Amino acid sequence: MIRLEARNQTSRTLLFWSPILAVGITVIAGTIMFALLGKAPIRAIAIIFLEPLGDIFSIAEIVVKATPLILIAVGLSFGFKAGIWNIGAEGQFTIGALSGGSVALALYQIDGAWVLPLMCLAGAVGGMLWAAIPAFLKTRYNANEILVSLMLTYVAVLLLSALVHGPLKDPDGMNFPESRIFHDAATLPILIEGTRAHVGFVTAIVAVAISWLVLSRHIFGYQIKVLGQSQRAARFGGFNEKHVTWICLMISGGLAGLAGLFEAAGPVGQLVPALPVGYGFTAIIVAFLGRLNPLGILLGGFVMALTYIGGESAQIELNLPSAVTGVFQGMLLFFLLGIDVLANYKIRMTQPLSRKLSE
Amino acid sequence: MKSIIRNFWSLLTIISTIALIGSANAADPLKVGFVYVGPIGDHGWTYEHDRSRLAIEKAFGSKVKTTYLEKIPEGPDAERAIQQLARTDHDIIFTTSFGFMNPTIKVAKKFPKIKFEHATGFKRAENVSTYSARFYEGRHIIGLIAGKMTKTNTIGYIASFPIPEVVRGINAAYLAAKSVNPAIKFKIVWVNTWFDPGKEADAANALIAQGADILMQHTDSPAAMQVAEKKGIFAFGQASNMKAFGPNAQLTSIINNWAPYCISRVKAVMDGAWKSQDTWDGIGPSMVAISKFSEQIPADVRSMAGKARDAIAAGTLHPFTGPINKQDGSPWLKAEEIAPDGDLAGMNFYVEGVEGALPK
Amino acid sequence: MDLLILILQGIIVAATPLVFAAIGELVVERAGVLNLGVEGMMILGAVSGFAITLESGSILIGIVSAALAGGAAALLFGILTQLLLSNQVATGLALTIFGLGLSALLGQGYSGATVMALEKIHITVLSDIPILGAIIFSYDPLIYLSFGLTGCVAWFLAKTRAGLILRAVGENHDAAHALGYGVVKIRLAALVFGGACAGIGGAYLSIVQTPFWVEDMTSGRGWIALAIVVFSTWHPGRALLGAYLFGGVTVVQLHVQGLGVDIQAQVLSMLPYIVTIIVLVMISRDTLRAKLNAPACLNKSFFASS
Repeated sequence: MIRLEARNQTSRTLLFWSPILAVGITVIAGTIMFALLGKAPIRAIAIIFLEPLGDIFSIAEIVVKATPLILIAVGLSFGFKAGIWNIGAEGQFTIGALSGGSVALALYQIDGAWVLPLMCLAGAVGGMLWAAIPAFLKTRYNANEILVSLMLTYVAVLLLSALVHGPLKDPDGMNFPESRIFHDAATLPILIEGTRAHVGFVTAIVAVAISWLVLSRHIFGYQIKVLGQSQRAARFGGFNEKHVTWICLMISGGLAGLAGLFEAAGPVGQLVPALPVGYGFTAIIVAFLGRLNPLGILLGGFVMALTYIGGESAQIELNLPSAVTGVFQGMLLFFLLGIDVLANYKIRMTQPLSRKLSE
Repeated sequence: MKSIIRNFWSLLTIISTIALIGSANAADPLKVGFVYVGPIGDHGWTYEHDRSRLAIEKAFGSKVKTTYLEKIPEGPDAERAIQQLARTDHDIIFTTSFGFMNPTIKVAKKFPKIKFEHATGFKRAENVSTYSARFYEGRHIIGLIAGKMTKTNTIGYIASFPIPEVVRGINAAYLAAKSVNPAIKFKIVWVNTWFDPGKEADAANALIAQGADILMQHTDSPAAMQVAEKKGIFAFGQASNMKAFGPNAQLTSIINNWAPYCISRVKAVMDGAWKSQDTWDGIGPSMVAISKFSEQIPADVRSMAGKARDAIAAGTLHPFTGPINKQDGSPWLKAEEIAPDGDLAGMNFYVEGVEGALPK
Repeated sequence: MDLLILILQGIIVAATPLVFAAIGELVVERAGVLNLGVEGMMILGAVSGFAITLESGSILIGIVSAALAGGAAALLFGILTQLLLSNQVATGLALTIFGLGLSALLGQGYSGATVMALEKIHITVLSDIPILGAIIFSYDPLIYLSFGLTGCVAWFLAKTRAGLILRAVGENHDAAHALGYGVVKIRLAALVFGGACAGIGGAYLSIVQTPFWVEDMTSGRGWIALAIVVFSTWHPGRALLGAYLFGGVTVVQLHVQGLGVDIQAQVLSMLPYIVTIIVLVMISRDTLRAKLNAPACLNKSFFASS
């Protein structure tokens, strides 16, 4: 019989190799799928995985797509390590965009270098306030944060829709449900001229660096690891579980809110009802692809972004339906998540108990 | 192991390079791109736009090559999707949803040589045209039929979002129905979605429960038509011909017939005659098509509706001809006055007689 | 009065996909597994239910295939989370992405087609009782199945030994394992059951409520089912009520508009979620009572170390 056996220590080698193995298997499975669909399989794989890396526009677009994923996933990784499951980042993202965007609209056509920082602040604070609800209900009333944060996501998306259909609607917009376009002082500076890659990416890199330092060097990083492994041990260790809960939710809420504001003030440039496109949920997957490690998340965010951009290229060049992207992503994620088992467990062929005894 | 993987990747790189060179050669035909908000199988809005793409392929054969990107949300991804088509050397790009307006303008600025056609928006540029259909002309026809055929004098109207196009449709249908049936009442339900079959069916059921015996819809799925068929009442199809979903229920459908326009614009690019313009066509140039009237409609009503259709096509009848007051009783159009296009384009009020408040 | 009855009937029809999905997920969560892939399983059920009904001409075969499709998707989730111990939240989200994509791919040839919807069944005498007959005895067989399912699951969890074991697995998998119960096998069985229910829920949409297939036709109902499970505090009867509450808000909101009352639709749509949060706070406030409700091992991987 095959059974798993826990490793004393996570295997570093396998931790490194398992994603590559997973990508390899996905390529094989993808080849089969494309062949079944009657498309040149190797060409399709090359278009999805390699072609987007070949020009500056696509790379910039990968950066645009990866920025919110990385920002949110890094924030979430703190809580996930500590066993605090904020799965409502989508809602915090939406509220961040809404509050930061409202600042931009309130200060419409007021110029000043302080406008954008103020918007960022409002976005982050908005996300934190939205995350404060599950934090408060968890620490005060013991309400499950997974469920509260998930419920609040719907409320947030509906709130955005209500406000964009109402008070935030563009007065010159023919009654269409969208806000004014933010003026220049309220729009994020661009990193590479002619593309949409914006300074939000720099923030994401900074967030990755700081998180890496905190998690590996700071006492807080140690605390959340202990809390994640055992609540009782954390209590014996003498640190306050409630504080950790609050801090983790504030970090993830703040970064998700910031990511939302970056989307509104960057690639979109206005508030629209379709602003939340699921980054908050996709980021959860990214966090696990990166194994809750900031550097891994950076990589995971890029891989995820790559499949979106590559999927579009495949639609254009091979006339593949957009559904193929979803199937392909799903397969990649399943293989990545499944193969991770190798890093933490050994596979052993075990013998029946009776034979063990007789030996 | 390492070297195997390295070899594998270098092999992939070589193959992809060959693939790229291969694709760059075939640059002869005119490349036409479409960006859709929904899936091509939605049997409504996107489905009809995709039919125009297929019509282009049929009309020009090997002289064109068409591409599409489907299910592009009207958020941060829209600009990239449009630009993906622009940078892959498409000569003309149709962006087929209102929410693509600002992204289209942004991309058009970066690619001045490429022609863009944006459906249902109001922002134009040197290389950006807009096109939309006067769906309200079709709504006038169905209003007439509904006004004549209702027994309960109650029409159920499933509306999506309170944007001018939808408000215009309600007003046009109401005025027409009222002109043949002064006792008519419209019950309007806003579902706040273009596409959610379950919710559209719920709305249809709610309206029928409240006494509606004819349904009109300004949402894209055939759900309401199916409900009407099941409940044995009548309904009008929207966007595409929905007869398959309501063989007895469908009285007629207002069909979005983009093909003639799209073909003419592609032709214009081929001839070097393309210019930025704003097109707002109706039944006349058959951008709005009315499907065959059902046999269920009494002959006299059919002929009345047919006459109205022909009069609108000929330009002798305008669905918004005064005197018309706004809902609050304030005058909008004087007697014999025809609504200016500007008023119609930004319409954000109900006309007198429509009940309920327009959602804000 | 007639209108009230029609509203009630409308609510029950609108809520039935939610009932199936929520009851299924409830059993899964009672066994200590959080499967966020309900939306993915529902949509796979919707597409296979529709396609097979169309191809075979039999609604029954269609519904069975929908259950099989949902169950198969859940089994995939189970293999990953239970045997390979992947993270449940991430795997569930991946299942949703995968299900939406795969269903769209499978359903490509079916746009524009329609099947005969399932008819209401008329029960002599009962269906003719004034008012009550209309409210309770005027539906298609699947709605009665949803009633029956709720009852059976309630009975199974509360009264049977197998139900007790399933709950024990959800409460404390280590203890259950020590007692010799196959934690992984029980969880896999619960998952497959949950997936099958979600599949039927999806098929209710594509075969009964709106008999046609279109991509993304579940429109987020799988997520609402997850909310309902919480709202129900993991009790089947309350899940049924919760589904009617969520379905009710949608339907009532449409009726209210038809009657000319002016309330912003989005505000009304927010209400059930806010109510769910309040319910959650109420049941969690008292730690002791919370223990009686939420399965303690929810979302925790089980690994038998001995």
